[in-house]
Order: sequence, then C-alpha cells, then structure tokens
Amino acid sequence: MAIDWQAFWLTLQLAVVVSAALLVLGLPIAYWIAFSRWRWKFLVEAVVALPIVLPPTVLGFYVLVALGPRSPVGRWWIGLTGHTLAFTFSGLVIGSILYSLPFAVQPFAASFAGVDRRLIAASATLGASPLRTFFRVIVPLSAPGLITGAALSFAHTMGEFGVVLMVGGNIPGVTRTVSIDIFDRVQASDYSGANQTALLLLVLCFVLLAVVYGVNRKAWAVGPVK
Amino acid sequence: MSEARVLPQAEVARASSLPLASEDSGGPLLEAGFRKRMAAQGQEFVLDVKFRAAAGFTILFGPSGAGKTTLLDCVAGLVTPDAGRIGVADRVLFDAGQRANISVSRRRVGYLFQSLALFPHFTVEQNVQYGLAHLPRAEGNERVSAILRAFRVSHLAQRNVREISGGESQRVALARTLVTDPAVLLLDEPLAALDAATKAKIIDDLRQWNRVHRIPILYVTHSREEVFALGERVLVLDAGRIVAQGTPHEVMTAPLQETVAQLVGFENIFDTTVDEVHPERGTMICRLEANGQSPVTLETPLVRAEVGSALRVGIRAGDILLATSPPQGLSARNVIRGVLTAVAQRDMIVAAHVNCGVDLEVHLTLAARDSLQLAQGKEVWLVIKTHSCHLMQK
Repeated sequence: MAIDWQAFWLTLQLAVVVSAALLVLGLPIAYWIAFSRWRWKFLVEAVVALPIVLPPTVLGFYVLVALGPRSPVGRWWIGLTGHTLAFTFSGLVIGSILYSLPFAVQPFAASFAGVDRRLIAASATLGASPLRTFFRVIVPLSAPGLITGAALSFAHTMGEFGVVLMVGGNIPGVTRTVSIDIFDRVQASDYSGANQTALLLLVLCFVLLAVVYGVNRKAWAVGPVK
Repeated sequence: MSEARVLPQAEVARASSLPLASEDSGGPLLEAGFRKRMAAQGQEFVLDVKFRAAAGFTILFGPSGAGKTTLLDCVAGLVTPDAGRIGVADRVLFDAGQRANISVSRRRVGYLFQSLALFPHFTVEQNVQYGLAHLPRAEGNERVSAILRAFRVSHLAQRNVREISGGESQRVALARTLVTDPAVLLLDEPLAALDAATKAKIIDDLRQWNRVHRIPILYVTHSREEVFALGERVLVLDAGRIVAQGTPHEVMTAPLQETVAQLVGFENIFDTTVDEVHPERGTMICRLEANGQSPVTLETPLVRAEVGSALRVGIRAGDILLATSPPQGLSARNVIRGVLTAVAQRDMIVAAHVNCGVDLEVHLTLAARDSLQLAQGKEVWLVIKTHSCHLMQK
C-alpha cells in the first residue's frame, strides 16, 4: 500500500487551520509579551513556553481531560453541540494550537520587541491609535518574524504525534494524521510504506523551512533610517 | 540669519521677564511644571522642572544625561511624570492632581526625534501622509504636497526613505511632523548630524513656517553655537533641573552658578581671592593661588564682593591671546608669563596648556600654531582682557 492520502490531506488541513488560528491568537499574546511591563509577565512567558519541554503525552492527557465530559469546558461544548470534543477534528485543532503556541508566539514577540521603539512613539505622536500603529508599523516591520512563526507552527503541527494520539485517537478521515499512519505501518512491519510517508513529510518540512529562511534572508530591512 | 534675528528681539524682551501672561505671547503658551523619578543602571535620577515656552524657539541646553530627552518625552506623553502639570494654551495635557493624562496620539505635540524615526517601509509621501489619516483623501493629499513644497522635498515624494540623504531625511521628518499642525513642536537635536550650511537652510525654512504657525518650539541642543544661532530664549538643564534661563546673552556670557559655567565651556575655572576692590575704575584685583610659586593676579570686572572674599573665576580658552615675546602697548590689563607644557590638536583648533603657576588652557588656530612655532617648553605670554574674566559665586 502506498501513501495514505486521506491521512495526508487531513494533516495538511489541520496544519493550515492551526497556523491560521495561531496567527490570529498569537498576535495579541505576542504583543502583550513584547510590550507589557507587568512584573509577573515572566510567568505568562513560562506558561506559553511549556509545550516546548512538556512531553506531548502530558499535554495531550490534560487537553483530553479538559475536553472530556467531566470538565466545565467539555460539558459546555456537549451542551452546545450534543457531542464531546475529544476524538474529533475540532478537539485535535484545540490540542494542536496549544502544542504549537510557543512556536508562533515566540518569533512574533521577538520581532515585535525588535521594532524600534522610536518608530512606535513617532506613530503615536502623529496621532495614530495603538491599533493603527500595530497594523501599519509594528506588523509590517515584523514580517520576517510573522512568517517564521506561521511556518514553524505549520511544520510543527504537520509532524505532531503524542498530542494527536491522546486527544484524537486514530479515526481514519477524522483524526488519523500522517505521523500516526507512519507509526501504524512500523507496528505492522510495513517499513517501505512507512519510509515513503516519512520521506514525504521530511521533504515537505525541509522545503517549507528553506523557503521561509530564504525569504527572510532578503533585505527586509527593519529599523530606523540612519 | 540676520533677517531671522529681527523678529526674535521683541520675543526676547517679553520672554525674559517671567511670568509671562498668555495674552501677550502672540500664540499658545506651553506651561509645564513636573517631576519624574527614574532609575537607570541602579542610579536614581530626578527630573524636576518648571518652565514656560512662548511661541517661537526656546532652546533647551545642557550636557548629555541632563534629562533633556526625558523632559521632551514627558511633554509628548511618552513618559508619565510622577507629579505636576503640563498645559498648552487652555488645554491640559497632564495634571497629576486631576488625574488627567491625555494620550500621546491626542496631545497634538509634534516630536522630531534625534533618530528622526522615518518609517522605513514607506515612501517619503506615505511617511508625510501618515498623520493625516483622519482627513478626507483630497484634503490630505493637498496638505502633503504643500508641506513637501515648503520644505523643498517634492521631488522625493515617491522615493523610499532609505534612499535619501541625511539632510533630505531631516526635511522629510520635519514635514511629516508639521503637516499634522501640532500645538507644540519638540526637536531633539534633529540637526546634530548636519553640516552648518544645510542646518542653517533647514532652520530658515522652519522659522518661515513658525512665522505663520505661531507655536512654541522646544529645541534641544548641547551645542553652544546653536544656542546663539537660534536663541531667543534658553533654558539650561543640568542633572534634571533648570539651572538658568533667559536670553542666550544673559545665560551664556555671565553665569552666576558654576554648573552653568562648566556647561557653557569655560575651560579655565579657578578659586580666587579678592585682593583689591576699585569701584572708581569698575575693576578688582583677584589672586589665584599658585602651587609653590608666586600667585597670579588678575584684573577682573567689579562684582559685589569685599576684599578677602573667596570667588571663582572662569576664562574661556578662546578668549586668551598668546604671544611669544613680551607684548607692549596693549589695552588688555592682564599679561602673564608662562611656559608651554602641552600642545594638542583637536579637530580644527589647537589646545595649548601653559603653566603660569596655574595651568591655563588656550585655544589657537592651526595657522597661529604654525606661525608661532609653538612647542613644548617655549616661554610665552598670555594676554587676558579684564572682561574675559567671569566671576561667579563659589
């Protein structure tokens, strides 16, 4: 059997949805991290960075519990839709967003913090609201960081395994992703099938990262005119 | 510059006599009195100032670290003072007592940073347009082209700001700020990097603009030349406090406090004792203690002091003449013999150190050094006019 295209498209869908969601969710979080002067900010930074060091099974376990019928969130969702979030594509999206959060937020925050503060101040003195300053000055000048963050969260979601297995299980067409497919094939001693899929994933991630680093290498000069 | 100096004279007379009533300032008055405590690198710094600035140029002068930029940041709203009040005309920008703090974007305070902070991802035109988003497009475009013309940068409109020269960048940054029609203009050494000719032209254009738009302009500099070139009124800031204010002439040539003296470039400052007082001649004889040698005496202008009072005397290095033979037939009253101990070139001036019992620094031109064949160990005579000796309290 060749590549499981169903699992492949599902994974691609998941990665697109997750990186798009992280672009939206990550921007305000990164903005807050970059510019807040709250003294306990480091605690929030630590929480955001947790998925980097936490075993995916631990994260997946707690997400599963949180989505299940015993948690308030799970009950609310069941009341709303009539079914549980666990073992669904939506549940997978939520787990993946949490799992990839630092890969989006950290590059975002770093590039926001790198924008010359005097440019932000200049925008304010010219009458621009903080929102206008954000979209007209901070975001355009942070483009490399935003591209990097989106690409990293995309690639990271493409290859995730532990969280998916815990939260989604292995339902073909719903929660069966490429990495689970590879794992299954190895379990079934289908090494050549596993290799094909693994190679595809490897090449895809490499091309994506190469494109991102190549684009960022171009003269996106950031900073004030000397 | 001579044309530009005509108008300010009237301003000087009014501005120098505090307090100033807002009715007769011929424009909105910036009134500020505030305090800001800051901690940087473990050191505490307190900015505590009270001043008024009428329409026209007010120079904010002081050494780096005096708090000049922090003062401007407070007026612009980028830094929030701990206490006090800032107002322009009838508008309160900040009042700690009333918990009023207008946001930066609503203050209508134009602020030109030292770095200019032009948006690098925009063209010249887009930069200038940026502050006019609230206007209908046609009106905005009209104002942009008018201000670009006024500052002679119309031809650069479509260029990226990274492709234009330093002088052009200054003009664009100025245009971007002024097009928003600010109620106050803050300039933080925006012209520091420019050559004198380019700077003079930009200042002339700015004065021209200010004649029509009568707003207060706070201009920060640490250059003594700029103070005299621009000066209508000067505030001298040192270690977070305004230590002197008045016309450039008042503040810069007759300092009463030593801190001002150091600021305005008295290279030679000595402790001195009054030996003789001659009210009939308008002079005094002051003695400088020389280590191990006979004391140096100076004839100085008369100030209110008694024989035996301890004062300080400041002499600018550029006010001292240097001769290689004993000069005769001079009007100058102080001729002091000494020996050259060092001759060093700094840019286009030569700083010579002469030991007369006290060490005196003298500034010469390169040509003077060459024609006098100055070298270490040479015997020289220093000539100091009575009125080049500035007395101040100790």
